[in-house]
Amino acid sequence: MTTVAERPAQHLGFGRMHRKEDARFIRGKGTYVDDVRLPGMLHGAILRSPYAHARIVSIDTSAAQAHPKVKAVITGETLAGLNLAWMPTLSHDVQAVLATDKVRFQGQEVAFVVAEDRYAARDALELIEVEYEPLPAVVDARRALDPDAPVIRDDLEGKTDNHIFDWEAGDRARTDEVFASAEVVVAQDMLYPRVHPAPLETCGAVADFDKVTGKLTVWTTTQAPHAHRTVYALVAGLPEHKIRIISPDIGGGFGGKVGIYPGYVLAVVGSIVTGKPVKWVEDRSENLMSTAFARDYHMHGEIAATRDGKILAVRVKVLADHGAFNGTAQPSKYPAGFFHIFTGSYDLQAAHCQVTGVYTNKAPGGVAYACSFRVTEAVYLIERMVDLLAAELGMDPAELRMRNLLRPEQFPYTTPTGWEYDSGDYPRALRLAMDIAGYERLRAEQARPRDDGLLTGIGISFFTEGVGAGPRRHMDILGLGMADGAELRVHPTGKAVLRISVQTQGQGHETTFAQIVAHELGIPAEDVEVVHGDTDQTPFGLGTYGSRSTPVSGAATAMVARKVRERAKIVAAAALEVAPDDLEWEHGRWQVAGDPDRGKTIAELALLAHSNLELPEGVEGHLDATCVYNPPNLTYPFGAYICVVEVDPGTGVVKVRRFIAVDDCGVRINPMIVEGQIHGGLADGVGMALMQVMAFDQDGNHLGASFMDYLLPTALECPSWELGETVTPSPHHPIGAKGVGESATVGSPAAVVNAVIDALRPYGVRHVDMPLTPANVWSAIHGRPLRTDLAIP
Amino acid sequence: MQVPAPFAYARASSVDHALDLLAQYGPEARVLAGGHSLIPMMKLRLAAPEALIDINDLTDLSYIRVEGDGPAAGVLAIGAMTRHAELLASTVAGQHFPIFHDAERVIADPIVRNRGTVGGSLCQADPSEDLAAVFAALRASAVIRGPAGTRTVPIREFHRGPYETVVGPDELLIELRVPLPPPGEASGSAYEKVERRAGDWPVAAAGAVLRLARDPGDPPDAPPRVVEAGIGLTAVGAAHYVAAQAEEFLRGKPATEEHFVEAGQIASAECNPSADQRGPVDYKRHLAGELTVRALRRAAARAREVAA
Amino acid sequence: MTMRITVTVNGVEQTREVEPRLLLTHFLRDELGLTGTHWGCDTSNCGTCVVWLEGTPVKSCTVLAVQADGRSVRTVEGLETDAGLDPVQQGFVECHGLQCGFCTPGMLMTARWLLDHNPDPSEQEIREAISGQLCRCTGYENIVRAIRWAAEHPAGSVTAESAEPAAEQPTVPAQATPADAAVEEVRA
Repeated sequence: MTTVAERPAQHLGFGRMHRKEDARFIRGKGTYVDDVRLPGMLHGAILRSPYAHARIVSIDTSAAQAHPKVKAVITGETLAGLNLAWMPTLSHDVQAVLATDKVRFQGQEVAFVVAEDRYAARDALELIEVEYEPLPAVVDARRALDPDAPVIRDDLEGKTDNHIFDWEAGDRARTDEVFASAEVVVAQDMLYPRVHPAPLETCGAVADFDKVTGKLTVWTTTQAPHAHRTVYALVAGLPEHKIRIISPDIGGGFGGKVGIYPGYVLAVVGSIVTGKPVKWVEDRSENLMSTAFARDYHMHGEIAATRDGKILAVRVKVLADHGAFNGTAQPSKYPAGFFHIFTGSYDLQAAHCQVTGVYTNKAPGGVAYACSFRVTEAVYLIERMVDLLAAELGMDPAELRMRNLLRPEQFPYTTPTGWEYDSGDYPRALRLAMDIAGYERLRAEQARPRDDGLLTGIGISFFTEGVGAGPRRHMDILGLGMADGAELRVHPTGKAVLRISVQTQGQGHETTFAQIVAHELGIPAEDVEVVHGDTDQTPFGLGTYGSRSTPVSGAATAMVARKVRERAKIVAAAALEVAPDDLEWEHGRWQVAGDPDRGKTIAELALLAHSNLELPEGVEGHLDATCVYNPPNLTYPFGAYICVVEVDPGTGVVKVRRFIAVDDCGVRINPMIVEGQIHGGLADGVGMALMQVMAFDQDGNHLGASFMDYLLPTALECPSWELGETVTPSPHHPIGAKGVGESATVGSPAAVVNAVIDALRPYGVRHVDMPLTPANVWSAIHGRPLRTDLAIP
Repeated sequence: MQVPAPFAYARASSVDHALDLLAQYGPEARVLAGGHSLIPMMKLRLAAPEALIDINDLTDLSYIRVEGDGPAAGVLAIGAMTRHAELLASTVAGQHFPIFHDAERVIADPIVRNRGTVGGSLCQADPSEDLAAVFAALRASAVIRGPAGTRTVPIREFHRGPYETVVGPDELLIELRVPLPPPGEASGSAYEKVERRAGDWPVAAAGAVLRLARDPGDPPDAPPRVVEAGIGLTAVGAAHYVAAQAEEFLRGKPATEEHFVEAGQIASAECNPSADQRGPVDYKRHLAGELTVRALRRAAARAREVAA
Repeated sequence: MTMRITVTVNGVEQTREVEPRLLLTHFLRDELGLTGTHWGCDTSNCGTCVVWLEGTPVKSCTVLAVQADGRSVRTVEGLETDAGLDPVQQGFVECHGLQCGFCTPGMLMTARWLLDHNPDPSEQEIREAISGQLCRCTGYENIVRAIRWAAEHPAGSVTAESAEPAAEQPTVPAQATPADAAVEEVRA
């Protein structure tokens, strides 16, 4: 029996702790999908359409099939015979696995080759002859609903236009009323351009169908392995208990690895057809051209206020470009995701939004890239509108925000569009950010002219996110509820194995989830093994995206650990020969109240639970438990960001000099990991604000299909991030934690854009769409900001 | 990742051997130096040479040295296989022509610079190549070796057009020669580039090389006279990467801000940019002028430091 | 058509028959099974493939394996020795310089080379040194700190991977009751 004093110093819960997973990565011993090698494995490659919109006249694969190293060539026709040419998307639409009648975006999958090695597979693609009849393409979303626009989805029965959905939230009548009588109304069109998460590891799969056992094993880049398993079962008609999905190490996901891509299905078909494992891993150009893009929201925002700066209402109309197939991965009742959180962090009287989704000849997607289901678009909209209002009123943007931020006593707060924010002290976070930045001094310095001719800009973004989808009664994806499971076993010698249903792609779950168990049970985090990513070994769940791991699976973990603790209590009572009610939990031990030297640690209780100790009637042995957690609400992390930029008006070049980020994600399990998540998201803000865009020309040619054209920030564009924190726990989360993975990506772009617009005030610039490239900034200074989603004609 | 089509490979052990191999493999062979233009193009299957002649063993083509001494103007000789990283690190090159360091610092990235070569970049002849503008501003010459022997071509005649040079399929660029300013002249050089992000191709860039002199009768605070100006432009469609009319304008004139500004306007008007994802025509044209002025200013300031 | 090449990788001679077009990355990964070196783009931008060739960092996706014939290559697998982890490896653990780990081998190889040639680099010099390599997870902050840590601990640290002082406990309010209704029993 240990007493408190003897216990060695190890990680017993929350706090900074080195990551357990680092050991393999720093040695180059991670196992990513392309590292997987199986005996007899073949390689697949996809032939893709050069056209954005074209009829397929003919496909001749004979030369490819004759290549000595080619084992199979699959076309849409082959798949149609297996009823696999089309597959369901996550938004109740269908997507072509391989094109049959038409191609509908540049880069769409047309044929699949399986060969002995990747070089031969690539060679064989050149041997496939496809005859196309090009059709006019719909590239400008603003023209997609024109009466004479070509109809893209003629595969859908009775479809005569490119309209997908209309959706609205809020009280339109009340909002219009408030606007009608408001003293000040500011309106602005703004585009959140199409961007791409571009994780460094591209997407891929190794599919191995074992003919003898009938079992399909797929190693794949997925953030949601169980969801993939269920969908494969539904789509391919394979029995679900004979499907095993394994996410090995994933080199970044950011929402781009949630959905099922045609390449995965093709790898599975290839394995079934050849009887061998088939690996398909995409090139970077394929990744950028065909996998889930993000954003592409054309927004018209309006904000109504009093002359002395009280914000009254916000209304928004959105045109959402969904590409050629509606493949957004968001809860099914929310075709525009959580966009209706656009009321932001402010106390409004009314709000209304209307979103119209349209098809265009571009890749499917929309909900990816740390979007938290469109919260990025919503935050950008409101934070730009607030700055536009500040400019109109001649008020400092910090002051305007301070006047309108929700007050702590207003929580829990129900927004005009129905969100129930759980907790927050907003003014405190903004004040802290301002203090770290030295805001007043920055403004004073800005007022003085500079010798070097550069312009200083200061921009603020205050965001509230809703993360941790989500309560069963509100949310599902393809009918699957968003409750996640956790299983915990404590072995006889006191070591534990936790099995979870979410999937890290770098967020450090092997460490943080062990810390949750350590926190609840008082055993070292080093003694908790976290198992994830293998559907044969883990409970069902809908995976990691929308910052849901901590809010949902973290809660499940805390709850399952508490179940184990309760079980341990009964064992302790039996061992100590007292009633369970006589025990209290203290420092990782169940000990007798009033007699603390008599107690047992979890490790001791684990051994006892497996021993021949007599247990009370109705109580089973072992220290195991399972749990499924259905979150009662989302959690609402928030933050205050301040960006300082320098703009060279002679060239339009923008340099981010400082970025201050104060985040509140409730209780922090591992502050080191939280900070890392924030650092990464802040870089996204710089990238999206200044350089990232997937633009197209008038023919639908993709202009950002490589890292030469789709630019991502390097260490030179990023300043040294200055972080601060406040902690307002979530009242409904078992450990008071909120999600944080996407916060910085959500909040940062507006701060950078607001800073640049602030710098350009002497030129009367009101708004410029992202990305604020040098050309765009210079053109804005000269009164002609560029349209960024379509190429300059 | 994309991969190239098949090809034959041979490694040259000397310049003569390289020439033999080029003759042997014929016009469908390409020289492989740093490979960071050629191999990516081959991976994307935009180029598919039948054979690659690897000249990375020709280390005797990797040097940076001053030749000539005494009253005669010397030459800075740079071997074609000099890596970008070596040129960036070269004290000799940087002391004579800071424009080299200005430009190399913003060419590609540090890892690519370990492989890419000066000769390779010039032979690639990309219309946005920074070194082409630099060597043009420096009025350098290119030394080319072929089966018939060695010939020297002024760098301003080296490029025929986009991706096309005067180097024949059986020839090798072996050296660049940059004239040093004669004694009595102060020289300054600088390079100004705008890029969308570190390592990107330029949106526009300008290099300026000024040779300045004082006439004996001039008052001490009078600006020096421009003996010769070299203004290199890249990414803006300037013929031979040069703003010839702007150079012409500056020749003989006092090196003043006013003249620099006018030279910039002339450079802006005489170039021929195209619109693309990096920017519209009016912006690039503006940059050509703005960066020319900035490069001239810095070149002149550096010349003053040297003279002081 | 193949060629026989011999490349010394992490001190070990490796002889294989390869096509001239085989990229060095694929040679290391697929022929030799050294999958620590990655690839992530088509245009020599991302830097996940950085290895040393004759002691100099190169993007191995843009070098042919045949170019390494008779030459030496060092990969991330060659950083750790019998004496233990390289200080740059320790620094990345110490400072949380990695998240998904995909850019990490390339960053480590560049960091090692930088510190061999500039033992006390400034933050700006570190950022410039890694400016040819992308990271999507870390925002570069902790990578820079990790490399600084390695510069300050050239002999590494024996405690880099051992336990830290007991984790600090944040002030968590009295346990919020998550609705026990939210917890569903799957099995007793």
